[in-house]
This record gives sequence, structure tokens and C-alpha cells, in this order.
Amino acid sequence: MVIIINSIIELLTTKIPLGNWVENLVNFLINNFSGPLNNFSSFIEFIVNGIESILAFPHPLVLIAIFAVAAWKLKGKNMAIFVALGLSLVLNLGMWEPLVITLASIITSVLIALFIGIPIGIIKAHNKVVDLITRPILDFMQTIPPFVYLIPALMFFGLGNVSGVIATVVFAIAPPIRLTYLGIKQVDEELEEAGHAFGANWWQILLKIELPGAMPSIMMGINQCIMLSLSMVVIAAMIGAGGLGKPVLRSLNVVDIGLGFEAGLGVVIIAMVLDRMFGRDS
Amino acid sequence: MKIKAKNLYKIFNGNDQEEIELLKDGMSKDDILGKTGATVGINNASFEVEEGEIFVIMGLSGSGKSTLLRCINRLVEPTSGSVEVDGTDVMDLNKEELREFRKEKFGMVFQHFALFPYRTVLENAEFGLEIEGVDKETRKEKAMTALKQVGLEGYEDQMPDQLSGGMQQRVGLARALAVDTDILLMDEPFSALDPLIKKDMQDKLLELYEHIDKTIVFITHDLDEALKLGDRIAIMKDGEIVQVGNHEEILTNAENDYVAEFVQDVNRSRVLTAEDIMDKPEAVLYKQDGLRTALHKMRRNELGSIFVLGENREYRGIVTIEDVVESINKDKENLDDIIKEVPLAEPDESVNDLFSKIADIDTPLPVLDKNNKLKGVIVKTHVVANLASEKV
Ligand SMILES: Nc1ncnc2c1ncn2[C@@H]1O[C@H](COP(=O)(O)OP(=O)(O)OP(=O)(O)O)[C@@H](O)[C@H]1O
Ligand SMILES: [Mg+2]
Repeated sequence: MVIIINSIIELLTTKIPLGNWVENLVNFLINNFSGPLNNFSSFIEFIVNGIESILAFPHPLVLIAIFAVAAWKLKGKNMAIFVALGLSLVLNLGMWEPLVITLASIITSVLIALFIGIPIGIIKAHNKVVDLITRPILDFMQTIPPFVYLIPALMFFGLGNVSGVIATVVFAIAPPIRLTYLGIKQVDEELEEAGHAFGANWWQILLKIELPGAMPSIMMGINQCIMLSLSMVVIAAMIGAGGLGKPVLRSLNVVDIGLGFEAGLGVVIIAMVLDRMFGRDS
Repeated sequence: MKIKAKNLYKIFNGNDQEEIELLKDGMSKDDILGKTGATVGINNASFEVEEGEIFVIMGLSGSGKSTLLRCINRLVEPTSGSVEVDGTDVMDLNKEELREFRKEKFGMVFQHFALFPYRTVLENAEFGLEIEGVDKETRKEKAMTALKQVGLEGYEDQMPDQLSGGMQQRVGLARALAVDTDILLMDEPFSALDPLIKKDMQDKLLELYEHIDKTIVFITHDLDEALKLGDRIAIMKDGEIVQVGNHEEILTNAENDYVAEFVQDVNRSRVLTAEDIMDKPEAVLYKQDGLRTALHKMRRNELGSIFVLGENREYRGIVTIEDVVESINKDKENLDDIIKEVPLAEPDESVNDLFSKIADIDTPLPVLDKNNKLKGVIVKTHVVANLASEKV
């Protein structure tokens, strides 16, 4: 009896080496998968750089004009004026180059998050097992502080934009998954039944009934994905990502209130531009 | 024989064979639910539908009508039994064959329309053809023909939510007609509609039925509708088909108490009310309309008198063509002086009461709801015609 109690106490007081396990796993992955990891890393680097050079190619004013016209087409005249003024302000403050870098990383992160997240959302809506498995993972990803996975990201991909993109994707991928899932689940069952009654197959049901029906919800997921990506700008800078996060971080170190404000304003402006352009219709 | 179903059973949430055995032992649906937790959807249903007839399935809510209908195209998988359509055993088809079979054989219309809200009327009507992989030109042509058949020409670019309920169901009907199948499955297609529109749609369906070569399986919980549309009627109770027959057989030769009660119930409520025999007001005048508008509207619609509505379409009275002409001759402009009062009717007033009201007036009788809104018009000749037919 005493022995049993003793061993229970021992069990309870011995620390489970959870931290060690995770560390070992990360080390194992780094040692054995460095090839694929490197390929993956250069692939992402390639996308970020590609988008960046496209954005940096025209004169800033030309790019601002393009954005303004796009805003006009998407949301009307007021939006166009807002976009033109906002981006001009960033240019005037000398933040154009970091803005382009930030934009390139955000676009990359969002594209990856959507490219992975929307299909997962679709599968989750159709498969109970996937639904059950992804639930705790999503909860975990949405609540764990991003600082915790900065270190493994660093170890896998080194200091720089790639780590920033990966950390951002992890942080921003939950809404597209969740809202795609929700959108599909909310499609009226009678509509799906109508599809079956007319002989539609799985793909036709998905493409002609479920996705169009889920569209408003998916758009909301995209919008939230963009916003979460933007909120990672400064954190990503801590692991070496370039862009607007960098001056913010520097201003923290040297207590430069002015610089911090200017760079912060840059982030706010892209956030508002992207939110209004890819968001709810007001 | 177009459709032949034999010994169909459908058990929801059960062990299937166990419940079927219990049913065969004569246990009731309620007792089985209590004992095993399973719901009996269909209990040993057999029926045959002949080519080109309208076969009506009727029964109270929960009696298994929708489930039975869906067993025909296997939207619901029967627990046991067989379904044959055009000689093909539907139960034998694999998934792919079943899809092809549905495309080839069935058009379906749903109680709540089941239109795609993000598609235009035309695109909705094209849906089945799109699924079949028909090319764009042909698709549009066929869908337009179907829309024309249901009287929706000119609405093809509207979105469903811009249409009234009756028109939405016309789109649903057009979608089913466009695929040009031999069989139409209709699950309470008119139950969600207002009485007047419902009547309209029934007439429309009968008119279409004259011109198209289709077998229709039609579900309703309304005996009037069943009698109006059905060549033969099957009555369901607790998943069982308790009687199948034509009008005569159902009305005069009830095979058990349940059917007798159903029929008697309906006959009692069949004492017609104002709502049943009223017509839609063809034209009305509004407060701001002048005498000339009044004259114009009456001439165009060949009316001897016309109702006047005030703010919020509230009923105010009636003007006759004689008074309007006289006022115009006296160079007056305003309607107000010649608006007359006539007796009023309520929607649920019986035809007998209406008769005494309408006997000694020359104008039609307005039917008003509780809020004083004009719901319909009762014309004397219609009341008389209805009374006459009741006597037969
Ligand atoms: N998917 C399902 N799961 C469990 N039970 C079901 C399911 N579908 C129908 N039922 C049950 O089967 C029985 C028959 O239902 P069904 O929908 O066929 O009735 P109905 O005659 O069409 O009724 P209504 O007039 O309300 O449409 C009901 O008791 C219902 O609760
Ligand atoms: Mg039903």
C-alpha cells in the first residue's frame, strides 16, 4: 500500500520531460530533413523575392496609381482616393521600400495560407475524422503565443524572410480553414439535395453548390487571414524578416518615438487598404 | 408501368432487420420508437405509377411522403424492398449508374424551392443541363423554353430573391422541365404558397401537363389539391400506404377509419369560404388617382366598377363607371365624392353567408383581411356557380 502511494507521489512529482521531447523532435527533423527543408526554404524565398521585384519594378507613383485604379474598380471612388493618399503618405515618409518588402511577405504568407487552408477546410467539412483531428490543432495554433514557434522556425529556416513567412502562415491559417468549413456546413441541405436529384457528382456539388454558397464566409476568412498576417509584421521582424516591422523594432531599441510612429503608420495604412479592398462591403 | 415499388421499408437510426421484423409482427411506429429508438420512415409500401398519370401521395406531416418519394430516385436509400423505373431495378445501380439514371429520368421540384440564391433565374433553370454537360448554347435555349412554359419570360436575369414565392416555384418547375425527363417528382411544391397563388400554380401545372408527356408523382397534405390534380391518390399513415385509388374510390369507399376520417375532415372544411372562391383584384385605384385614370383603368380591364385603396393599400371603397363618367362630364377632378360603400366580406366567411350579402348589390364584393387590406374580389356569378356545384 505504502509502496503504491509512494510511487504515485513519485510519478506526480517527477517532471514530464515534455520540453526535451519537443527539442529532440526538432533536432531530429533538422538533422534528417535538411534537404527538403532547404528546398522548401528556397522555394518560399523565390516567391517572396519574385513578388517583391514585381512590386519594386515600376516607379512608386505608377504602383500607387495601379492600386488606386484597382480600388476604384473594386470599391468605388472614395476608396480610390483613400488608397492614393494613404500610399503617397507612406512614400513621402520614406517608407516605400520596407512597405514593398512587407507587402511581398504578406502576399506570400496569405497565398500559402489560403492554398493550404481552403482545401483543408473543404476536406474538414466532408470528413468527420479530419474534422476531429484538426479541431484541437486549430485551437492550439490559435492560442499558443507566436513567440513560442519563432525559435523552431528560426532553427528550421534561419534568420530572414522565410522564417517570417512560415511563422505568419502558422499564425494566420486558422481563419481560412475554419470559415471555409463553416461556410460549407451552412449551405442549405435542400440545395445539396437538389444537386443530387439532378445527378451531380462530388465535384459538381462542391464547385456549383457548396463553394458558391460558402463564398461570403470564405471571403471573411481571407480577410481575417490578411489582417492576422499584418499583425505579425513586427513579430516576424524579430526573426529577421525585412519590411515595416524592422524600423518599428529598431525604434523600440533606440527609443525613437518618431521613427516608430512613422513605420507603425505604414502598417496601419496597408492594413486599412487591404481590409477595405478584400473585405466586407460596407 | 412507369414506376413499380414493392415492399419498401425505410428505418432511420435502427438495426434495420430487427425493426422490420417488429413491423411484420404488427408493432406500431410509436411503439418501435419507444422500444428501439428507431424511426419508421416507410412501412411495407408497394405502389405502381402508370405512364403519363399524375400520381398523388397524400398524408399528414411525418407520414413518410417525402421519404417514399425519395426512395424512387434513391435520394433516400430504402432499407429493403425494390423500386423499378422503366424496367430498371433502381436498387441494382451503382453510384455512377445512379447519377446517370437520375439525369436521364427525373426532374424534381422541392417544397422550399431549393433555388440557388447566387444564380440568376436563367442560370437556375440551366442547372440540370449544366450537370449533364450540355453545351452553353443548347443549355440557354432549353432553359429559355422552360422559362417560357412556366410564364417567366423576361425574368431570366433576375435573382431568385427578387421574385415572389409563386414565381420562385415557377423557376423550380422550369429547372425540372428544362432537363426534359419523363418523370417529375414534386414534393409539396405548392404548400408554401398563398391560397390564390397556389390555385394559380395548380392550374398552370395542369395546363402544362396537357402539353407535355410526363409522369408526375406529386406530394401534398391537402385533399383538395390531391383531388384537383391526381389521377390516382395514395394515402399514407405512419409510413404505410393505407389506400390507393381514384377520386371516386377515395371519397366514397374509404377502406379504413383513417381514410374515412381524413376524407370527412376535408369534406367538412370543404364548406367553401370567401378565400376559396375569390379572385385577384385585376386593377385598383390609389388615393392619388384622378377620374381620368379611373376611367382608363376600368376601360382597359373591362370593369363596371373598381376598388379604391388609400394609404398602405388600405381599402376605402368602390367607384362605378357611371359615376365616373358623370363626374367627368361635370368637369370635376376628384374621386372622393363618388366613392361608395358596399358590403364587406372576410376571408373565412362561408359562401352561404356571402350569397345573401351579394344578392342585392350590383358591384363585386371586396374581401378584406383584419388590417383592412384588400385580399380579393368576389364576383356574383362565381358564388352562384359554386353554390350550384355544391348542390350536385
Ligand atoms: N433523415 C432522417 N433521420 C431520421 N428520421 C427521419 C429522417 N427523415 C425523415 N425521418 C422521419 O421519418 C418519418 C417520415 O418523414 P417524412 O419527412 O417522409 O414525412 P412527410 O410525410 O414528408 O412529412 P411532412 O409533411 O412534414 O414533409 C418522420 O417520422 C420523420 O421524423
Ligand atoms: Mg415532406
